[in-house]
Amino acid sequence: MSSGRTFLGYRRADGRVGCRNHVILLPVDDLSNAAVEAVASVVQGTMALPHPYGRLQFGPDLALHFQTLIGTGGNPNVAAVVVIGIEPNWTRRVADGIAASGKPVVAFSIEGAGDLSIIEQASRAAKTLVHDATGLAREEIPLHELLISTKCGESDTTSGLGSNPTIGRFAERFVASGGTFFFGETSELTGGEDIVSDRIVDPVQREKFQRLFDEHQKVILDQEANLLGSQPTEGNIAGGLTTIEEKALGNIQKIGNATVTEVLEMGEAPQGTGLHFMDTSSAAAESITLFAAGGAALHLFTTGQGNIIGNPIVPVLKLTANPNTARTMSEHIDLDVSEVITADMSLDEAATATEDLVVQTASGRWAAAEVLGHREFVLTRLHRTA
Amino acid sequence: MHQNFLVHGPDDAVGVAVRDISAGRGIRGRVMDGGGDLEVDVVSEVPLGHKIALRDIAAGERVIKYGVAIGKATQDIRTGEHVHVHNLKGERWA
Repeated sequence: MSSGRTFLGYRRADGRVGCRNHVILLPVDDLSNAAVEAVASVVQGTMALPHPYGRLQFGPDLALHFQTLIGTGGNPNVAAVVVIGIEPNWTRRVADGIAASGKPVVAFSIEGAGDLSIIEQASRAAKTLVHDATGLAREEIPLHELLISTKCGESDTTSGLGSNPTIGRFAERFVASGGTFFFGETSELTGGEDIVSDRIVDPVQREKFQRLFDEHQKVILDQEANLLGSQPTEGNIAGGLTTIEEKALGNIQKIGNATVTEVLEMGEAPQGTGLHFMDTSSAAAESITLFAAGGAALHLFTTGQGNIIGNPIVPVLKLTANPNTARTMSEHIDLDVSEVITADMSLDEAATATEDLVVQTASGRWAAAEVLGHREFVLTRLHRTA
Repeated sequence: MHQNFLVHGPDDAVGVAVRDISAGRGIRGRVMDGGGDLEVDVVSEVPLGHKIALRDIAAGERVIKYGVAIGKATQDIRTGEHVHVHNLKGERWA
């Protein structure tokens, strides 16, 4: 990447940089969805993030719930947060976790007060937060400070030939310029895990990767199920992908020849720069929600057959190398790189076009998924409720 | 001259159609990263994105793409034949 490229973004109190300026209304649990949605309908410029969980969870599953909510609120694309929960302790725990990032957070618990009183109090607080957030100005920031993640979905063989190698070339340049880049999809490395493992420089991190990979394999193999139609998906198969191994080998084209500096647990924030593997689900909404909780501020998503995923706080840019998808689902596609597979466009040209789009989007231009209102916010569950 | 299929690596047993291919003789393709051009007599319809056998593959033989195994042939596959779930199965999660 041409070092010295900049974008217009927001620098937060903790030094991290964002490309959006959301005031979010974050429920701790399913019961609080009605209240956050009511506040969102009253106070313009806010966004509610309803979800179905947060009750009777325990152990690692509860820890991940808190980590994901706190990471989401702490994400640099978020200017301020209103947290609403049913009970005070868990509500306070989430709010305090977000407040550690230094951004404005207000919290309300419904028990003993009722929805209507909380909706009024939260609305008044949210109005002030929106005034403050809309008063913030974008400033010029080096592009490599923007944390970017990647994932592919409804992949086909054009992903492995065109769109994923484009991201791979982008990733090589971005990491070399000092950037921080996330990839994940633990199950979709199956058949290519040794290639990823060989890219991990630090033996401690390599061991951590193998443990996370083996744990995920065990979950899948313990079910003794036939995964055809689920992995690969019906869409994958329609696009010509036959086996999970083939899908994985296409998948890992997204990291190019870059080496992996750190291996992260689900939703974990990185310690340094470079290419990071994060243990995630391979389902699009779950993985992007986890990348965002880890601090990713922009996402590069490649698709073959046409996945339409978005995220409430992170712009999700879509690339495809499938000319049919670029034509039939054009409203979802931000960048058509189908000329890569006909050799009319080089990978360097495609990576530069991606970089141009990243700068534009990070500076404020909306991704197609934002224009179309895709706000998939999906929390990963690790086990059953108590 | 446009290619009809691409091959990821020089040792691959399959190529990927980059446009819809009909059966026919001397269908042109290219090995990526300067690996050279090749021609295959295609014996079945191969839609865009689907795989085509570049040589005869025996039942039980590993099928190579990206230079590594992506599964095993479940039946004999002739050169030029469409390769997919009807004649190729993964070894993982199987």
